[in-house]
Amino acid sequence: MSDTADRVKKIVVEHLGVEADKVTEDASFIDDLGADSLDIVELVMAFEEEFGVEIPDDAAEKISTVSDAIKYIEENKG
Amino acid sequence: MRRVVVTGLGLVTPLGADVETTWKNILASKSGAGPITKFDASDQKCQVACEVKPADHEYGFDANKRVDHKIQRQVDPFIVFGIDAAGQAIEDAGLEDMDEATKLRAGCSIGSGIGGLPGIESESLVLANRGPGRVSPHFVHGRLINLISGQVSIKYGLKGPNHAVVTACSTGAHSIGDAARMIRDDDADIMLAGGAESTICPIGIAGFAQARALNCTFNDRPEQASRPYDKDRDGFVMGEGAGVVVLEEYEHAKARGAKIYAEVVGYGLSGDAYHVTAPDPEMDGAFRSMSAALRKAGMTPADIDYINAHGTSTMADTLELGAVRRLFGDAMDNVSMSSTKSAIGHLLGGAGAVEAIFCILALRDQIVPPTLNLDTPDEGCEGVDLVPHVPRKREVRAVLNNSFGFGGTNASLIMRKVD
Repeated sequence: MSDTADRVKKIVVEHLGVEADKVTEDASFIDDLGADSLDIVELVMAFEEEFGVEIPDDAAEKISTVSDAIKYIEENKG
Repeated sequence: MRRVVVTGLGLVTPLGADVETTWKNILASKSGAGPITKFDASDQKCQVACEVKPADHEYGFDANKRVDHKIQRQVDPFIVFGIDAAGQAIEDAGLEDMDEATKLRAGCSIGSGIGGLPGIESESLVLANRGPGRVSPHFVHGRLINLISGQVSIKYGLKGPNHAVVTACSTGAHSIGDAARMIRDDDADIMLAGGAESTICPIGIAGFAQARALNCTFNDRPEQASRPYDKDRDGFVMGEGAGVVVLEEYEHAKARGAKIYAEVVGYGLSGDAYHVTAPDPEMDGAFRSMSAALRKAGMTPADIDYINAHGTSTMADTLELGAVRRLFGDAMDNVSMSSTKSAIGHLLGGAGAVEAIFCILALRDQIVPPTLNLDTPDEGCEGVDLVPHVPRKREVRAVLNNSFGFGGTNASLIMRKVD
């Protein structure tokens, strides 16, 4: 597992209060991890902070699974 | 007329994370005061407070018991305290498994005096230092005063009235009184009612200290700082926590075989129309609020055995006592009056609810809690049983609970035993 994936999963566990083994790459934030739309806003802010990337609103709207987040960050981090 | 009784209690206080621990410590004359530990208060005029203790303390509070991790991260501590106290009250009343019809007739009236001040303070700094894009999306609903009622209703599926009082330090008493009226008016059969506060943060302490309301002369002796009626009193000590009761329509409670602690029989409200922070020297507002509660209860002062005073450890203590004396007349000889703020500090919007619970426990156990640190009663306290230092076993048939708030807002509650 990549370093990015590890750090993303850690943030998700901390913010959503879910068990680490539930945070698979396929997991949907809303359907599988109990997040609501505001939780996703908060997660995106935490990703921006952690990785020094900017995730504009239109890109954030397309992030619905853990792997979506990892992929966006891998492609856009400095 | 529909009668209203109390069938469940929940407390989070500086002396315990539940009802029985808090009450045991109150009756053991313990103080919840200490040096402020939540932040570095070395530059503050006031450096003492009654903090809710951390989970690893002998009587500390463990938020994980009843509040989801995610919610804990999103909301201010007053909401966490409120959710926990409400959960305790529901469990105590045996209402964990309400059916849908019951939930439709069950509501919430849990308020706060100030709301999420620590979060407003910290997110304002985020805004100033890092810009609007870093402000939490949970900022607003994590600080709003009515969000204890909101969170509790969502957690337990309570679909009746959803209400939150904001009347400064009268909030807790008004919350219970208003909720009792909602039951009496047939808006609900069950109401979770109470108040919570948590404002021990730099701007909270500084603000009250600048308003000359806080004790600033006992920083080296925190446990002696809250001393209602004592001649050396010098301002209140800030407390934090929550108190929530389950109010229930009497026949409803009886039909399900609920344990009944007390009946809410009187509720009086008034305004001073005098000054934003200073009390009317005649305490006419307090007098009228107590009188109204007695009238609603169909009682006379001779029926009241215990008064839990507003008694914040400020100059107003003896003014309140003067109003009580004027109202009670000869009945002063029988009544005991104490301020439990001497032990747990002033819980502001939570105070009236926490103190109402102490009144209920006084009825249950036939004992009145003490006023700590009352070493030298001030002028005007002569001939009154202020229950100094230690609790007193005595007959307690009915109790009066006073709460007064900034803005000149007053509430008085009367409760009695149910045979």
